[in-house]
Amino acid sequence: MSSMSDRPGAGRPPIHEVVQQSLGRRYRAERRFKAYGIIALVLALSFLGLLLISIIGNGYTAFQQTFVKLEFTLDPETVDPKGDRSEASLRTGNYLAVVRNALSGEFPDVSGRSDRRALSALVSTGAVYQLQNMVMEDPSLVGQTVEMWVPADDDADMYMKGRISADVPESDRRLTDKQIGWLDQLIADGRMEKKFNTALFTNGDSRDPELAGILGAVKGSFYMLMVTLALSFPIGVAAAVYLEEFAPKNRWTDLIEVNINNLAAVPSIVFGLLGLAVFLNFFGLPRSAPLVGGLVLALMTLPTIIIASRAALKAVPPSIREAALGMGASRMQTTFHHVIPLALPGMLTGTIIGMAQALGESAPLLMIGMVAFIVDVPQGLFDPATALPVQIYLWADSPERAFVERTSAAIIVLLGFLLVMNLLAVLLRRKFERRW
Amino acid sequence: MSMSTVVLVLLLMSAAAFMLGKRRSMALAEASGGIGSLHSLPSHYGSWAAVLVGVPAVLLLFFWQALEPTVLDRLVIADLPPEVRAQDEARLGLFMNDVRNTVAGNIATGAQAEAVQVAAAEYRALQKDSARLRALLAVGIALAGLALAWQTIRPSFRARNRVEGVVKFFLIACSTLAIFTTVGIVLSVLFESIRFFQRVPVTEFLFGLNWSPQTALRIDQVGSSGAFGAVPLFAGTLLISFIAMLVAGPIGLMVAIYLAEYAPRKMRTVAKPMLEILAGVPTVVYGFFAALVVAPKIRAMGMTLGLDVASESALAAGLVMGIMIIPFVSSLSDDVINAVPQAMRDGALALGATHAETIKQVIIPAALPGIVGGFLLAVSRAIGETMIVVMAAGLSANLTANPLEAVTTVTVQIVTLLVGDQEFDSAKTLSAFALGLVLFVVTLILNVIALHVVRKYREQYE
Repeated sequence: MSSMSDRPGAGRPPIHEVVQQSLGRRYRAERRFKAYGIIALVLALSFLGLLLISIIGNGYTAFQQTFVKLEFTLDPETVDPKGDRSEASLRTGNYLAVVRNALSGEFPDVSGRSDRRALSALVSTGAVYQLQNMVMEDPSLVGQTVEMWVPADDDADMYMKGRISADVPESDRRLTDKQIGWLDQLIADGRMEKKFNTALFTNGDSRDPELAGILGAVKGSFYMLMVTLALSFPIGVAAAVYLEEFAPKNRWTDLIEVNINNLAAVPSIVFGLLGLAVFLNFFGLPRSAPLVGGLVLALMTLPTIIIASRAALKAVPPSIREAALGMGASRMQTTFHHVIPLALPGMLTGTIIGMAQALGESAPLLMIGMVAFIVDVPQGLFDPATALPVQIYLWADSPERAFVERTSAAIIVLLGFLLVMNLLAVLLRRKFERRW
Repeated sequence: MSMSTVVLVLLLMSAAAFMLGKRRSMALAEASGGIGSLHSLPSHYGSWAAVLVGVPAVLLLFFWQALEPTVLDRLVIADLPPEVRAQDEARLGLFMNDVRNTVAGNIATGAQAEAVQVAAAEYRALQKDSARLRALLAVGIALAGLALAWQTIRPSFRARNRVEGVVKFFLIACSTLAIFTTVGIVLSVLFESIRFFQRVPVTEFLFGLNWSPQTALRIDQVGSSGAFGAVPLFAGTLLISFIAMLVAGPIGLMVAIYLAEYAPRKMRTVAKPMLEILAGVPTVVYGFFAALVVAPKIRAMGMTLGLDVASESALAAGLVMGIMIIPFVSSLSDDVINAVPQAMRDGALALGATHAETIKQVIIPAALPGIVGGFLLAVSRAIGETMIVVMAAGLSANLTANPLEAVTTVTVQIVTLLVGDQEFDSAKTLSAFALGLVLFVVTLILNVIALHVVRKYREQYE
């Protein structure tokens, strides 16, 4: 029997002292570790904040557009070259000259070709079409002088919104000192005003920022999502029902399961390649059509919907099935009359989330030709169209300063749609969620 | 009759068949001693009748639609004047193209305009006949189905089993669509890739160091070397993904640990939806953010430090991609950490370990396989991400490890090669599919490993 002093570790301080001594260090490590966690969370959330602030800060001004009030003299000779007030004649009228004259009327001392051109560059080309449409609708206006608001050019708009500063050297900005002088005069006269930008919501795409709108893209996205929903919801639910309620456990169903899980993680651009090779080249469907976009997005969202629907079906307790079977219902009747209605809210939630994903997706659409510059608003599933995220991508590539603003505005609209869809999913879950 | 009217008629006929079948079964039941003598519910008999009327007719329409163009072409070609038919296949194809265009209402021009007009007239006549025949056959089959249903409906007929069999077949067909999608992806990418590798050797593609996909149209053209060495693209993809994981890995993991182990309940209910917002932002928005805000900031910062930063630096794209992946990493890690049994935490704490020590020495090692699986999924996500790099990374291939320079990635090249009009037989276009094949295979391998690891890990603690 050895004495105490023979024990290993003799001569060292007792264990509780070691612990005491190291305690401070360990507590500091504890606080440090916790601080890392807080820092990480704050970083992640501040990224989100920075993203939203920079988008909103850039984009909120695009909901307003600068208009100029001018007096247009609809001189019969320029507007109605044939003099018979016929539609054909009014269509060929020189409305650009009307706009130019209106501007020179405002600034009579401007002379010289280049100065005049610089002056007329302050008003959007949309003013020409606006005048033409107005006169063609009401030919009695010919010969009169009308005062009306027409959209200003994007550079003038940017100046009005303070995005082009007069303090910058003249060579570094898109407006000359003279132009800024004219603009200042117009502002002082109260002839320039910012109004709500309806063109943004009622126009298709345009090369002129002040005339460009998102209606075409929104409609394209809408048609596409309709196709996606019509295909992926029934097929996804049917697949989930089969796998969860009927499928025997064998290699084949295992293969299907592995496949679905993998498809959920396949890069979206690969689905675009599939769409290009199969739908466009093999089946010969039209390029840029919402139908093809919808088909590709349906294949892409299927895994999401299947996985969510299966989870919803799994959450229905077996007692429901047993009760129905005990009452003599067939398995099909049990499933369709009892299980699916109870799982439907969960399935719908999954579908809405899948649709939100599809709405924000753009990479596969680039592959199937939905990136074209399309001015006309699509009217059906086969019309060439683009989608809202793709429109954002196209505008983001445009060099004009005013398109930065409009891109951000389109992003705000897109995020708004996504927010509404996700809120809907959350509300649905809250309202119908059942704990068994 | 046009296609839509035929479909509408078939729908109406199906609905009528449902009513008739139901009535018939009820009438038969009455004759043989009440509703209880039926094997199935009357609605099952009705559904069976509707299925017999609708399904074969719709299948017929489908196949008719698929085969019609080929058959019509054959018939028209057989009736062409001999001198037109004597042309070689390519010319004949052009001729038929003209014919179809004329039928569609476009004006065809060319030397053979008269022959085209004649053929187009015949084509139109055949089309009309085909439509008439199609409608007749569809309605005929539907009526035959109705007659069959009328005959088979008897009280002892097992209508429910039949109808349920049809429904089950539909369910099975839907669930196999996932497999068809995968097969479709593999075939479409593989097929074009093989055509590409017939022109460019696989080894050159996988190991070549020079990427410039402009192929020369003329032999003496300058600046169109047509080099297809994809290593710079792989390197660029890896560089950007690496930067993204450097951002997303630590931040995502620490967020998950904090939310799972430290955060009070209230904070969790606020922070988690916020992270979900971050995950729900479309990638095109991140791309815009990277190009508009982050890249100029990094460039300006580099300038003040005296560094030369490219305006499309890998750093900016990687950084923003990392931000995008944070919620992905954090939610996967969160699941995994929560799956670690409470008993392990309690044991470590009872031995006197601090909370941080418990996490670092017990929970993380226990959760490691799951976390690694989550990271692998995140990497596969970063490799396949397209919009951020398309908008914020460079276009020209550049073999470098310097994050301040512009690099290009596999996805960027796929997009630039395939956007716009393409001819489908040039190596340039086909190379995009080869890149797609590589992308698909790499992400597939990562996903399979990751899903396997995560699943094994879950089973361990279940």
